[in-house]
Amino acid sequence: MGVLRYVAKRLGLYFAVLFIGLTITFMLPRLMPINPVDGYIGQLQSRANGTLTSDAIAELRANLEELYGLNGDLFTQYVSYMKRVVFSLDFGPSFTYYPQPVSAMILNALPWTLGLLLTATLIAWTLGNMVGLVAGYFHKKKAASVLEFLGILLYPIPYYILAVTVLLLLAYIFPIFPLSPTFPVGQMTPEKIGMIFYNSLLPGITLVLAGFGWNILSMKALAVATSEEPYVTYARLKGTSNWTRMTRYVFRNALLPQVTALALSLGMVFNGALLTEMIFSYPGIGLIMRTAATGGDYNVLYGAITLSIVAVATAGLVIDLIYPLLDPRIRTK
Amino acid sequence: MTVDSNQVDPVAIVTAPPVSAKSARKGRGLLWLLNGRLAVGLTILLVMGLGSFILPMFAPADPSIQATYMRNLPMSGVHWLGTNSLGQDIFWFLVVAVRNSLMLGILVAVGVTIVATIVGLSAGYIGGAFERCVMLIVDTFITIPLLPILIILGALIRGNTSFFTVGLIIIIFGWAWDARTVRAMALSLREREFINMARFSGANTVQVLAREVFPYVSAYILVGFINTVLFAINTEATLAVIGLSKVEVPTLGSIIFWALSYNALFTGQYPWIVAPIVATVTLFLGLFLTSTGFNQAFASKRGVS
Repeated sequence: MGVLRYVAKRLGLYFAVLFIGLTITFMLPRLMPINPVDGYIGQLQSRANGTLTSDAIAELRANLEELYGLNGDLFTQYVSYMKRVVFSLDFGPSFTYYPQPVSAMILNALPWTLGLLLTATLIAWTLGNMVGLVAGYFHKKKAASVLEFLGILLYPIPYYILAVTVLLLLAYIFPIFPLSPTFPVGQMTPEKIGMIFYNSLLPGITLVLAGFGWNILSMKALAVATSEEPYVTYARLKGTSNWTRMTRYVFRNALLPQVTALALSLGMVFNGALLTEMIFSYPGIGLIMRTAATGGDYNVLYGAITLSIVAVATAGLVIDLIYPLLDPRIRTK
Repeated sequence: MTVDSNQVDPVAIVTAPPVSAKSARKGRGLLWLLNGRLAVGLTILLVMGLGSFILPMFAPADPSIQATYMRNLPMSGVHWLGTNSLGQDIFWFLVVAVRNSLMLGILVAVGVTIVATIVGLSAGYIGGAFERCVMLIVDTFITIPLLPILIILGALIRGNTSFFTVGLIIIIFGWAWDARTVRAMALSLREREFINMARFSGANTVQVLAREVFPYVSAYILVGFINTVLFAINTEATLAVIGLSKVEVPTLGSIIFWALSYNALFTGQYPWIVAPIVATVTLFLGLFLTSTGFNQAFASKRGVS
């Protein structure tokens, strides 16, 4: 298969996935028996103690439907939704923070989420791979199984449990970190940056612990498999040191699938953001989604979901395009 | 796509450890199945599973009903883990929570396994345009992040849903990974001799799938099943912790939801928050050890035969 054909095929898949993903996010809420506009009007009605007249409600409904692109039949809505999203990344205004546009809200929150999660993901990946490599390379030694046990213990623990436990331990029993951190906004001073860093440590530690276990387990499995390859035995017979074999022979070859995993987990950053930011009240996209979900702010939710679909799909595309360059074994296929 | 599921699913990576001479020796009866991990994992699952299904029959009252007892009682002989701020007995609530979570997990896993097996096997075995179509859908479902979708759905149907609707939604968005794995296995099987043999002896597609392919992949499917149980319990619990599942039903997530929203941390009601954490971690460890233990056992069995 020619290079061009491969790239074209992969690009085609990318756009198809984005298209289907967007269609699903468009259809989902419309297939549900519940109408967000009804819910919103109900909320207003109860706030006004039921004093809204039916005329006022009808006007309100017309305005809201206009605002949220609910005019016309399903197909018209669909076409205008796709047009808005694809060509101008416009998700309309937010319900709760009307008239602030959703895209602006997301842009404001994005640096927070990216800063915390990218750092945490990279640290977890590096640490996990190092521990996993040692555990895998020396898998016949008793001490190595202690390292693996770390992974077995950390990996299956659900994220929220880990987060609550870390919060319980490090903010309550040993009050090293604040229970409800504050994140200053506006002009950055060294003092403020220090505060942000300090307050980001706790969610960061949790994220690292959560990603760490997975990386240990997968790197260990890969390192075990690689260290039993004939070329490693050959290197040993040639008289290379343990260190050389571990780093230059096993690590380099076991690293490739791990790079894939890293890219995918970078794409998944927005999923991870949700729980972290909810539990640690960190002002990123996850927190926005939480507020949006409880307040019925659907435009914000669609915006955030679209962002994460694009991120995951793009990560997959990038891996597939880069992988043949990294791994000569794939090129021959 | 070169992003193979094997590289993404950590549990699948823990598979296929080198076959040791030791496991070759114990190749009789069902003994080959037994390894350390599996034994520990199964024991945890058996104790928690049986306990949570049998014990509720002895419960003095429906643990989900509020204000059954005095509030905030400490641990005692009557209330082993005390009572919470809603007047529920924490121990009985927890027992029923483990049962409900397990039930949901098993139901979802049955659904996911059936869908994934049918889709994956047929796609991998039939191939052609059919496969490309199916895999496009699978890839899309994998790409769509589950949690935000569940949050939207949770926000939309909150309060109007039954506990099992939550399970159904998890099935709809959870089958794709497993389908990908099954399809990858079917692809490799398609080229094997014994499949060709069956085909040349006149078996049709359904017969080949049912008689030749299925028995071969059933071990993987069992492991996938256990992993899906874990995934389903985790997803429902995550939703419950955020408050978007049916939080009135006792589950491992909803008990933490109530404890967090009543600030059990700050009022010093440690049993309320620590007990579900310990129970969840134990259960997850049990499921995880069982699944990797099975994997190890099957891997060494294949090595023997």
